[in-house]
Amino acid sequence: MKILVCISHVPDTTSKINFTEGDSKFDTNGVQFVINPNDEFGLTRAMWFKEKQGASVDIINVGGPETEPTLRKALAIGADTAIRINTIPTDGFQVAKELAKVAGEGNYDLIICGRESIDYNGGMVPGLLAGMLKANFINTCIGLEVEGVKATAIREIDGGKETLTASLPLVIGGQKGIVEESDLKIPNMRGIMQARKKPLNVVEPSGAEAATKAVKFEKPAPKGDVKLIDPENLDQLIDLLHNEAKVI
Amino acid sequence: MEAKTDKEILRGGQFLVKETNCEDIFTPEDFNEEQKMMRDSVQEFVDREIIPHKERFEKKDYALTEEIMQKAGELGFLGVAVPEEYDGLGMGFVSTMLVCDYISGATGSIATAFGAHTGIGTMPITLYGTEEQKKKYVPKLATGEWFGAYCLTEPGAGSDANSGKTKAILSEDGKHYSISGQKMWISNAGFANVFIVFARIEDDKNITGFIVENDKENGISFGEEEKKLGIHSSSTRQVFFSETKVPVENMLAGRGEGFKIAMNALNVGRIKLAAACLDAQRRVTANAVQYANERVQFKTPIAQFGAIKQKLAEMATSAYVGESASYRAAKNIEDRINIRLESGNSHSEAELKGVEEYAIECSILKVACSEDIQNCSDEGIQVFGGMGFSADTPMEAAWRDARISRIYEGTNEINRMLSVGMLVKKAMKGHVDLLGPAQSVANELTSIPSFDKPDYSELFAEEKEMIKKLKKVFLMVAGSAVQKFGPQLEEHQQLLLAASDILIEVYMAESAILRTEKNAKRFGEDSQKEQIAMSQLYLYNAVETINAKAKEGIISFAEGDELRMMLMGLKRFTKYDNFPNVVKLRTQIADKLIAENKYCF
Ligand SMILES: Cc1cc2nc3c(=O)[nH]c(=O)nc-3n(C[C@H](O)[C@H](O)[C@H](O)COP(=O)(O)OP(=O)(O)OC[C@H]3O[C@@H](n4cnc5c(N)ncnc54)[C@H](O)[C@@H]3O)c2cc1C
Repeated sequence: MKILVCISHVPDTTSKINFTEGDSKFDTNGVQFVINPNDEFGLTRAMWFKEKQGASVDIINVGGPETEPTLRKALAIGADTAIRINTIPTDGFQVAKELAKVAGEGNYDLIICGRESIDYNGGMVPGLLAGMLKANFINTCIGLEVEGVKATAIREIDGGKETLTASLPLVIGGQKGIVEESDLKIPNMRGIMQARKKPLNVVEPSGAEAATKAVKFEKPAPKGDVKLIDPENLDQLIDLLHNEAKVI
Repeated sequence: MEAKTDKEILRGGQFLVKETNCEDIFTPEDFNEEQKMMRDSVQEFVDREIIPHKERFEKKDYALTEEIMQKAGELGFLGVAVPEEYDGLGMGFVSTMLVCDYISGATGSIATAFGAHTGIGTMPITLYGTEEQKKKYVPKLATGEWFGAYCLTEPGAGSDANSGKTKAILSEDGKHYSISGQKMWISNAGFANVFIVFARIEDDKNITGFIVENDKENGISFGEEEKKLGIHSSSTRQVFFSETKVPVENMLAGRGEGFKIAMNALNVGRIKLAAACLDAQRRVTANAVQYANERVQFKTPIAQFGAIKQKLAEMATSAYVGESASYRAAKNIEDRINIRLESGNSHSEAELKGVEEYAIECSILKVACSEDIQNCSDEGIQVFGGMGFSADTPMEAAWRDARISRIYEGTNEINRMLSVGMLVKKAMKGHVDLLGPAQSVANELTSIPSFDKPDYSELFAEEKEMIKKLKKVFLMVAGSAVQKFGPQLEEHQQLLLAASDILIEVYMAESAILRTEKNAKRFGEDSQKEQIAMSQLYLYNAVETINAKAKEGIISFAEGDELRMMLMGLKRFTKYDNFPNVVKLRTQIADKLIAENKYCF
């Protein structure tokens, strides 16, 4: 089985968020970047297929040279080959189109994406990619098995689970549950040393255009102070809820 | 990275008489991508496997320590320093320091178990073992299949390590030694599979090292776990050997070589112990900053109080300076090892000599970093106030765990005296020319000082001049002391301790300045504002310490005109033209920590 895992390079969840260029661009200054958590769950599942079923695992990213440490980490965890499409990602449409070109040429049986990346939370790439490749698509996967050309996936649905089967080639949008947090792999020293020798191929973009453009970002308004009200003083509470918070 | 030649790197101790260019030192900012990945991987391991179990570590869960050590083995952390032919990773010295640094930050129990296993438990075999011994033991130790312990100390032989009473008697058929004796304070004793045991054959002057496999059928038994102040989940027991049979082929190096093995293993152990104090400082500082930002008194987060800012700034500064000096020395050692490898030395020979060359720096770092983590955790408790005294916050354990670092791997007293003693010996042997420079300082004392106003406009111009002058203080004090006492200097311990404090402060302060200068040149001064402040703050404190210690030393042996002249010299050599405003510096450093809410340097 040939697996491709799409990896996006995102700010660590504890990063301070700031914007530049008139609030139209994310300020990367001093920000620590990591493998997108949903992608890391998928990558870990891919490693399981590699170990148990002899799958090959390539990883792919659309991004500039600054994403390479993230790709090396994925190689250290055990992926075989990394591909970086050398262009700055701007929107889901452009990213999916760039991915589709390389992924299509690679004849992959299974393409694992994260359900969404935690930077801009677009969540469009997996579906678009499947559409462009004319492959089957299952989103929000919390379980995945493959036997021969048949995949069985479990999806999270509101208040329950759904089990589906689909034939390969298949694109999935994975998330926590496809493996658990405790299954995530810490790169071992040997893996880190080997990562240096593994291929990290840089391919030039096909020049896909973005369909949308970010004009402005806004942070949520800062939370106001907490007001403590004496339990005896219910009238004041009602007054505040009605006139100030305007919720009742 | 291109290899350095012999001439380009400083010899051990030479920092005192030679100026170092900032481009020639290695800094943590020089970690390559692989090293950064190793650091992140170890940090992730600590955050996932150790931090969540902090409480169990305080409750003497020895099995947990063993379990974590096994996991560390699976991830390859135990084999970083071991050559590849013995199933290790054969990484450079800097990488081995880095793993030791970051794995040790969360609890002293793991720091000790890791240090005792990878350092003194494994190194004697990789460095001194025969090919057969290495093949038999090292792969198991490198992967964590087996664990090692080091049995040197005895009830009657602590600092005086060569005075042990444990005996090794050769059997009549000449096939094995029978070892009998009592070893004390043995880290990892509770789960070790193999012991490096030092014992005396007949009435030899020096002890001999042996590799002894743990086997209760073979006269090996253990005391109870020691009840200790800190490192509660590090196994520490007495180990008793009663006619334990050890095949002759398990002798390490030659008969009577044990003391040398013990001392050389300790050189590596000391610099690694310094590294093991670094991440603990970063974590303690980060915890203190976070608490101070949250804790409100007088309607103000306590981080906003000058008294707290002072502490946070000093804590971060000591961590930054410790890092600067530890990695500087580590790279010197790595370069020296590479030079020897290129000139045809075997791996073990190269490593031994490479580290031995910097034994002075190893002692300096051991003392400085072990005292820094102690101060840092002590102030950490103070930032937490009453909560700091509670076992429910991380400060209490950090403080207790820090205490052992001043005792093992040679007490700080022994290491202080060794640092100066080794330097004087190197000078006598002509390996480092101290006498020439000491003479010129003596001449300078009787000459008229220049009254020119130097140009201090460039970054660190005055600080670097100050470092030069502080080196003169050491040469003045130590030079005259050697002249006065000759070989009897050894007996003047208080003087030696004072001299070593000067030595330590010079090395630490210089390392921080060089690191910051290098980074300011390549990343821009603007990006290093707080680092510049930390380097200046540390230097200011160093000048104060050096002034006090030198004065104490000089007064102890000089009289009359000589005394007056030397005190005047001291004044000249510790004089600032422009005093740094340390209150402002500390505030600046603390404000950055507070804004970032973590250790951010
Ligand atoms: C938790 C723990 C773990 C340990 N792990 C190991 C281990 O794995 N293997 C091992 O072999 N050992 C181990 N040790 C032993 C440790 O190395 C010794 O405790 C240490 O070397 C000091 O020896 P001592 O305790 O006998 O103190 P002493 O030598 O009795 O020293 C007592 C005091 O006298 C001072 N002193 C001693 N001699 C001199 C001198 N010549 N001049 C001036 N002052 C002097 C010392 O600095 C100290 O302040 C461990 C100890 C502890 C507490």
